[in-house]
Amino acid sequence: FSGAGGGNDIQWCFSQVKGAVDDDVAEADIISTVEFNHSGELLATGDKGGRVVIFQQEQENKTQSHSRGEYNVYSTFQSHEPEFDYLKSLEIEEKINKIRWLPQKNAAQFLLSTNDKTIKLWKISERDKRPEGYNLKEEDGRYRDPTTVTTLRVPVFRPMDLMVEASPRRIFANAHTYHINSISINSDYETYLSADDLRINLWHLEITDRSFNIVDIKPANMEELTEVITAAEFHPNSCNTFVYSSSKGTIRLCDMRASALCDRHSKLFEEPEDPSNRSFFSEIISSISDVKFSHSGRYMMTRDYLSVKIWDLNMENRPVETYQVHEYLRSKLCSLYENDCIFDKFECCWNGSDRQVSFFSLIVMTGSYNNFFRMFDRNTKRDITLEASRENNKPRTVLKPRKVCASGKRKKDEISVDSLDFNKKILHTAWHPKENIIAVATTNNLYIFQDKMN
Amino acid sequence: QEMEDKVISPEKVEEAKLKARYPHLGQKPGGSDFLRKRLQKGQKYFDSGDYNMAKAKMKNKQLPAAAPDKTEVTGDHIPTPQDLPQRKPSLVASKLAG
Repeated sequence: FSGAGGGNDIQWCFSQVKGAVDDDVAEADIISTVEFNHSGELLATGDKGGRVVIFQQEQENKTQSHSRGEYNVYSTFQSHEPEFDYLKSLEIEEKINKIRWLPQKNAAQFLLSTNDKTIKLWKISERDKRPEGYNLKEEDGRYRDPTTVTTLRVPVFRPMDLMVEASPRRIFANAHTYHINSISINSDYETYLSADDLRINLWHLEITDRSFNIVDIKPANMEELTEVITAAEFHPNSCNTFVYSSSKGTIRLCDMRASALCDRHSKLFEEPEDPSNRSFFSEIISSISDVKFSHSGRYMMTRDYLSVKIWDLNMENRPVETYQVHEYLRSKLCSLYENDCIFDKFECCWNGSDRQVSFFSLIVMTGSYNNFFRMFDRNTKRDITLEASRENNKPRTVLKPRKVCASGKRKKDEISVDSLDFNKKILHTAWHPKENIIAVATTNNLYIFQDKMN
Repeated sequence: QEMEDKVISPEKVEEAKLKARYPHLGQKPGGSDFLRKRLQKGQKYFDSGDYNMAKAKMKNKQLPAAAPDKTEVTGDHIPTPQDLPQRKPSLVASKLAG
């Protein structure tokens, strides 16, 4: 059906790039998370310096019919600060690991942001008028001498320049011994989960002094530790269901109705491995770095080091589809282990879910090295590699597909594996929930691409 | 003697390379040692008990300070709060907002 749009039917064009041009990247500027809100009007980024920057999409310009609204800075604030836990001799990074938006209920916007230890609920609100004409105060705030007041007046609201304020409304702290990797808001919009390496906790958005532990995989003897939790997410429709992935490449689906502590999974998703293929790297590259449910909740997608897998929730013994992101890296695993790149945690995302884009979760997007990112079309089985680079920044010019030459004679316009820049990694990408607009984060820059409109 | 044609997977080739460079690399592939290290991320060796005991013992003398170029504070040296890398919150706005 038309409008379903495959990864190759969409013509991606450069729209905007945010961030500094210089090559010398300050650590604090490294982008650590990117997330659109539910309407797509707001786009939030978090960085290693604990700061959040929110961009807002401009209203569509009727005269410029060729482009959708641009994203401009709406609000920026310091979400988390570095801490030192003297009791445990533990340094706590301020890096924002995840941001998740709440659905909008009133004029204000709410988001959850988390570092390794503490989750915060932030309220972002607009102020475009202020009261004037107080009886006891001057306009600058100084108090008037009451004896000089001879008449009374009623203060009125007058318009002022738009001010966007961010304030922390809840702080959910002291519930995680290990490092938080995921937060996920439940479909009941009242509760959310936070997951660290060994435990998952359930919170109520209104209650900060209590959380329920729903998964605990800590072994009695830490010497026996073989597996950690790498990601977790609530089912989009069933408020009792969530999944969590592990460093061994498994996904467990749990039902909170079954018991208070969901240590026994309801389903275990695992692809059988040929033991003769096993190598030192097998477990490391099978570690799942991200898990995302499809919009319907019928499928879920997992990202491991070299591939993206689509799982049908009704079939536990193998994925229904596997897409190779950069298979040519399999013969570079030794150096990737030595330079630690093998531990890079790539995220993945689905296309938007509005009817205008596609009713189904059809396209998968994920990042790679050399500032390349990949898209896979589940329908056509075609894939495309694109590059986030300032060299391609001519608006309305369709991005040229890239190709990596694994071996043999390199064709013109191809890049050889050995020329790839492994410091230029795209770990975080996001797709607008309703339009063909994507946000792609390189180390310290945010690129926005959109579908070429005819 | 029969010569067998074996196709060795690229992964096994890489594994052989790694084992050649690091012969003592863990028996358990990628296993618990690496996971335990992951869980220890952020651990700095400041022990307030050691620090206060050392201060009490030495009375007014100076505690042995770490060499200025040392990044790791371990071993015989008793770390002081001053030795810990100062982590101050970022006072600079994000360049994305620039």
